[in-house]
Amino acid sequence: MVVACEQVWREVSNYLEGDIAPELRTAIDEHSRTCPRCRAVLEGTRNVVQIYGDERMVELPLGFSHRLHRKLEENISGRRAKYWGWVIGFAAAAALILLMIQVASPPLSRQQSGLEHAQPGNHIPPELQVVVAANSKIFHVPGCKFIRDKSNLRTITAAEAIREGYVPCVRCLKKYLAAAQLGGLPGESREARSSEGDDD
Amino acid sequence: MHREMDMAAEAASLGGPAEQLEEEALIRRVCNGEHELFYELVRPYERRVYATAFAILRNEPDAEDAAQEAVLKAFKHIRQFRAEARFSTWLIQITVNEARMRRRKQHADVMEPMVDQRDDEGNYIPRDFADWREIPSEALERKEVREKLAEALASLGEKYRDVFVLRDMQHLSIEETAKALNISTASVKTRLLRARLMLRDLLAPGLGGPWSSRLSFAKGNKPW
Repeated sequence: MVVACEQVWREVSNYLEGDIAPELRTAIDEHSRTCPRCRAVLEGTRNVVQIYGDERMVELPLGFSHRLHRKLEENISGRRAKYWGWVIGFAAAAALILLMIQVASPPLSRQQSGLEHAQPGNHIPPELQVVVAANSKIFHVPGCKFIRDKSNLRTITAAEAIREGYVPCVRCLKKYLAAAQLGGLPGESREARSSEGDDD
Repeated sequence: MHREMDMAAEAASLGGPAEQLEEEALIRRVCNGEHELFYELVRPYERRVYATAFAILRNEPDAEDAAQEAVLKAFKHIRQFRAEARFSTWLIQITVNEARMRRRKQHADVMEPMVDQRDDEGNYIPRDFADWREIPSEALERKEVREKLAEALASLGEKYRDVFVLRDMQHLSIEETAKALNISTASVKTRLLRARLMLRDLLAPGLGGPWSSRLSFAKGNKPW
């Protein structure tokens, strides 16, 4: 196989890469032995590849590694700070929302008072004698000064009053309702308090 | 030569199985939150990252900025790294993209040299420098030699330079180069041939030849 100079130049890269048919490679070798121009092209190109492929070709600027390392560290710590920033921000936002909910809600004492009015009177002794007025849905202890219409009173037990849908007067029956708020009847509450004191 | 080139590529990356396993373990640890280890991962390649950026941008401060940005991007996207590619190749690809993007921004209004307008398939005829004198690798110790070589490389059109940098300087395979530059392997081969021959022509007289005058000539009106 005989090759011309132009073919050698076209195949220089493939020749150097080893990406060439064995017959063509042999033909190029034979040709370049007798052709100084093609030999110079082959050797020169090989030299170019070797010299530019050398690690020493590019010199790192002084302090490059240090600056790169520092930049990475800054980035890593920045990401961490960002992460914790998000965590803290989220916690703060949650706390703020809770606070706003609390502010927007009625105060505890008012809430308790509302609950007091709605108390069905379950903690009132069932046999307690109470009075009810015909035009009211509240039952009272006899003699309560907050009875509006005292002309038409009916005396019944607390159990009967509750059964008929009456609710206790929050003034005259306050002690029972207050005891219910604390977790039991006045007597029970006292016991509970004394046992807590014993523990101390 | 092919064998020599492959060996150079091996040496340029963590080719050994032990090193590769170590590298894979490092990548896993970084992905699992040990971010401090990322520097250990890129340290063996920092020279290549910088060299790639420099070859494309031809300016030290810009190359350093691009190299730093490329490493930070690699850190940010480490979870996207797929083990079918070498980490070094992936990192070099990010660097190429970063440097080329910066080059586009810098030179958006500058026209390409005439040589870039030519058809890739057109035949290139080497200049008749039969008196080729080899440049010994020891010459690279001299700064002025490195500068002249860099100047010769810089005088190539971008598309030739990019291929040459990735294949012959960063030792990526033809396929990896094609993928990194988003061109066909046939285009890589054609451009590589031309880049090598043009550089050979520029450097043909060797160190003893009238290098400087030829290179300054090459900057404006190229001899090919």
